[in-house]
Formats: sequence, structure tokens, C-alpha cells
Amino acid sequence: MATDIIIHDQKDNVGVVVIEKITPKQDCNCWIMENDSSTNIQSMDEIPLGHKIAMVDLKEGDTILKYGHDIGKVVKSIKKGEHVHVHNVKTKKW
Amino acid sequence: MEIPKSFLGYKRENGRAGTRNHVIILPVDDISNACAEAVANNIKGTIALPHSYGRLQFGADLELHFRTMIGTGSNPNVAAVIVIGIEPKWTKKIVDGIAKTGKPVEGFHIERTGDIGTVMKASKKAQELVMWASEKQREECPISDLWISVKCGESDTTSGLASNPTVGNLMDKLEPLGVHLCFGETSELTGAEKVCATRGATKEASDKFMKTWSSYNDFILKEATDDLSESQPTAGNIAGGLTTIEEKAFGNFQKIGSCKFVDVLEPAEEPKKGKGLYFMDTSSAAAECVTLQAAAGFNIHLFPTGQGNIVGNPIEPVVKLTANPLTVKGMGEHIDCDVSKILSREMNLSEAGDRLIETTLRVANGRLTCAEALGHKEFVMTKLYRSA
Repeated sequence: MATDIIIHDQKDNVGVVVIEKITPKQDCNCWIMENDSSTNIQSMDEIPLGHKIAMVDLKEGDTILKYGHDIGKVVKSIKKGEHVHVHNVKTKKW
Repeated sequence: MEIPKSFLGYKRENGRAGTRNHVIILPVDDISNACAEAVANNIKGTIALPHSYGRLQFGADLELHFRTMIGTGSNPNVAAVIVIGIEPKWTKKIVDGIAKTGKPVEGFHIERTGDIGTVMKASKKAQELVMWASEKQREECPISDLWISVKCGESDTTSGLASNPTVGNLMDKLEPLGVHLCFGETSELTGAEKVCATRGATKEASDKFMKTWSSYNDFILKEATDDLSESQPTAGNIAGGLTTIEEKAFGNFQKIGSCKFVDVLEPAEEPKKGKGLYFMDTSSAAAECVTLQAAAGFNIHLFPTGQGNIVGNPIEPVVKLTANPLTVKGMGEHIDCDVSKILSREMNLSEAGDRLIETTLRVANGRLTCAEALGHKEFVMTKLYRSA
């Protein structure tokens, strides 16, 4: 079965879209690289290639995990299946 | 895949090997560019390396200027050098530095002679050198003669997912064969700095890395007016799905595979601790970084890109790879190695690493890179601070 989303690490709460785009209400196949396992998610938004999807509900102040590491904080709550990007996540560095 | 044990390179006087056989016309300073370009225009097969600096610099900034100039001339991809500067003293300093390699080098200064007289004298010498260099033949060299530098650019999430790990896979496979390796980009390790520090081969290397990164970060905190959100990540990174500097940094970091770095180098500093991986304190701007790595003696560069950075270098061939299928489709003329099938899981990382090793060796043996065929020869000096 084709992979729509790749997740780096089992601990990650986001995945990366690896097809040209996913559309709202699309049932997506996800592959977790770290342990070669699979999962599924239904998307809420249209999300283009390379952009991230929330794998769980996230609230303001939560930490985004990718590669199993902290890559920033949620600044606007995000529902499972929604697009995760600069509109709802910010660096903790600056 | 069985990795070839050798490549066809140009053996140099000091025991190093080149993947290219350039004769360069090196201006010491900005105002000598016109002369250097005139010589390169007269004498076919030579290449001028114009740049913007070399006047009134002082202290560590001046040292970096000389290190970059001398290192560029000393790179084994360069067969012979003509140095042209406005004044005799700095011109001679660069000539003497390059001469230590044993390769032919001659300097000319413009003061008291003028451009036209200097162009004539330098052109005669350049003709002699390029005709001499043209008889050099490629010979079998051990793969350990490869000094491979890496830097990614116009990154997106496909970089961290696939093209950077492909470079990491190559590093894991070539490091045991005795090659020199180099990564840099101090600023673009921000967010992953603590994890990166744990990859020092010794405590000394780890401490030196943290000191280098902290010094950069202190400077950013002092100079930044608001935040760096207009600069890091770049608009191209964001279009490609990268949200924060931390995300970019962890993607960047995939390029070193599971290797550990043996030492931390100053910008353009030649590695002195033998084979293995080095971290160099560099800018994350593509042309600046590659210029510094080439000046440290690296003879082939691997450049993973997401959205499609097009950079090249005049003396160090820059091999591009991408995992982004839209970049392959839209600007394939810039991509030497397509690993986009990793995303569709039709290719695994080890297969991608093997493909990149094959491409790297073909380029080391003489195949032109896309950037070379398209005429990319960005030579960009790093300047540390204002001049005196």
C-alpha cells in the first residue's frame, strides 16, 4: 500500500506528507521509520508535500516532537489531522 | 554494493590528489579582479576567482582572508596558480603560502605597472602554466585521497527525511575507508546543538563544538533586532514545510550519519588530525560555506537540497542530490543524484547511499557536475567584521 505520510520516530506527534498533497477527509497511510510500523490517520486539511500533519490533538504550549526531539512549541491549538506549520507552531529559540 | 577502492585523480607534489586540474588566477583584493579576469579571458583553460575583499582588513578577519586565499591556491584540485594583487607584500605572502605545496605559483602586483602591463606579464606566465597543466594525466588514487565536504541548502522536510540521511549513509560507508569528511553550518545546528555536541569523538572535540556554537549564539542574541524569523528558516524552507530552526537543525544533522567528529576547525582551517569527520565553524550560506571547505583542502562536495539550491564552486565540484520529486521535475538540470524514490519507499536508504557513492566517484573521476556544466562558480569570501 502506498505511503502518504512518513513519521521519523515512534515518539513524534507530527508526520510529513510525502505525496504531492493530501486532501481533507483523506484516509492516509503512515509509515513510522524508526520501527518500520504502520498507522493510519484521517486528514482535516489540504496539506502539500513536505508539510506536517498533527498525529494527535495538541494544545497551546505543547512541544512538537520530530526525530524524537523538541522542534518548537504550539502557539495555537491544533486538532489531530490538521496542518502543522508557522501559523500554529513557533521556535523556542528566539 | 562493493565500494571501489580507488578513483582516477591528479597526483600533486605534496602527496594529495585532485579531482580537477584547474589553473586559477587569484586576485588578492577586490581592485585586482579586473586584471585577474582579463588574464583568464586571454588564456583559455584558466579561471579567475574574483571576490569582494582584501583591503584594510585586520586581526582574525585578515588571518581568515589569507587562510582562504592560500588554502584555495593549495587545494589539490588546483594544478597551478597566478596571484595578482595591488601591492607586493600581501601578494608575496599568498604566493609563499601556496608555494609550500610544491605546485607552480607566481605573483604579480599592479602598483607601478598598471593593469595593462600586469595583464601582459601575468598572461605570459598563465599560458605557460596552463599548457604545462594540460599534460597532467589522471592516475589511480586510493579512495582515502577523497576529502568530502557536505552542506545542505534550500532545505525542506524531504532533506531531513531522505537526502540528508543519504549523505549520512555515504559517510557511514566511506569513513572506515579512511576518507576525510567535513560538515559545518554552525547557525543551522541551533536547536540540535546539544545532541550534536554528544557526537564529538573526544570530550575535547565536544567542548570545542559547544564553545564555537555558544560564541555564535551570543553574537546572534546581541545583534538580532527582533528575531531571526525572516532569515531562519528561510522563505524557501517554510514553503517546503520546515517550521522552526530546531526542525531544520535536526534535519541538517542527519548528514553525518552515525559518525563522530574528531576535531572542530576554524573557518578554512586545514584538518590536521588525520582521516575522519571534522566540524568546521562556517556560515550556513551555501557559497560561503563551500568556499571555506574548499580552502581547507576538500576536493569534492556533496550538497543535498530540498527546494533546489543551485550553488557551485570554481575549484571543488559540487554534487547535488534531492529527494523532492517536484524539484527533480521542475529543475532536474541541477540534480546529479535523484533519491526521490525514498519517499515512495521504492528505494531504501542504503540503496540511495550506494547510488550517491557511485555518483560521487564518477564525478571524482572527471564527470562534470550539473553546477559545473551550468557555469556555477560562486567564490564567496567570509568576512568576520568591519575593516580598519
